Amino acid sequence: MTTKATIEEKLTRAFSPTELGVIDESDRHAGHSGWKEGGETHFRIEVVSKAFAGKSRVEAHRMVNEVLAEELNNGVHALAIKTRAE
Amino acid sequence: MSGIQDWIANEVKTNDVVLFMKGTPAFPQCGFSGQVVQILDYLGVSYKGVNVLEDADLRQGIKDYSSWPTIPQLYVKGEFVGGCDIVREMFQAQELQQVFTEKGVATGQTAE
Repeated sequence: MTTKATIEEKLTRAFSPTELGVIDESDRHAGHSGWKEGGETHFRIEVVSKAFAGKSRVEAHRMVNEVLAEELNNGVHALAIKTRAE
Repeated sequence: MSGIQDWIANEVKTNDVVLFMKGTPAFPQCGFSGQVVQILDYLGVSYKGVNVLEDADLRQGIKDYSSWPTIPQLYVKGEFVGGCDIVREMFQAQELQQVFTEKGVATGQTAE
């Protein structure tokens, strides 16, 4: 399973999002620190879920970071996050 | 290591605005850190940039300090504000400016 697919699955399971975007932006960071051949190092994600209702930005991002802690510790170098409740 | 945690706590408490980043404000070594530098410079806020690339313990320690897995991290008056995405969203919504005003941090006409 690719890291992208794993991220999608974990976010779907955790937040039942009404909208979910997971983009591998590794190509745009070729040659930068953290970049590896084959990509899957830099991701941009957008999650729309009722789970974020009433949460501050920091709280919402923490929820995402916790779900993806394993990926962040294993190869995912950068994660741009956008969360919305609706 | 508790030593690095004490050191971070001291930095955060003794400086009104601290940015833990990769590289320096004059020469950011990461696009995300660079974006926050640009925003702070645009607002004319005086801040201290701490380069986490200089020390492996610091690089890990700052992640543990706020249980936040990524860098950059912005602190205002001892409080964690957010990473790059949050800082940018807050800036675009005029909320970052509000945080500085509410916490009594001068923006705009800074001396240096």
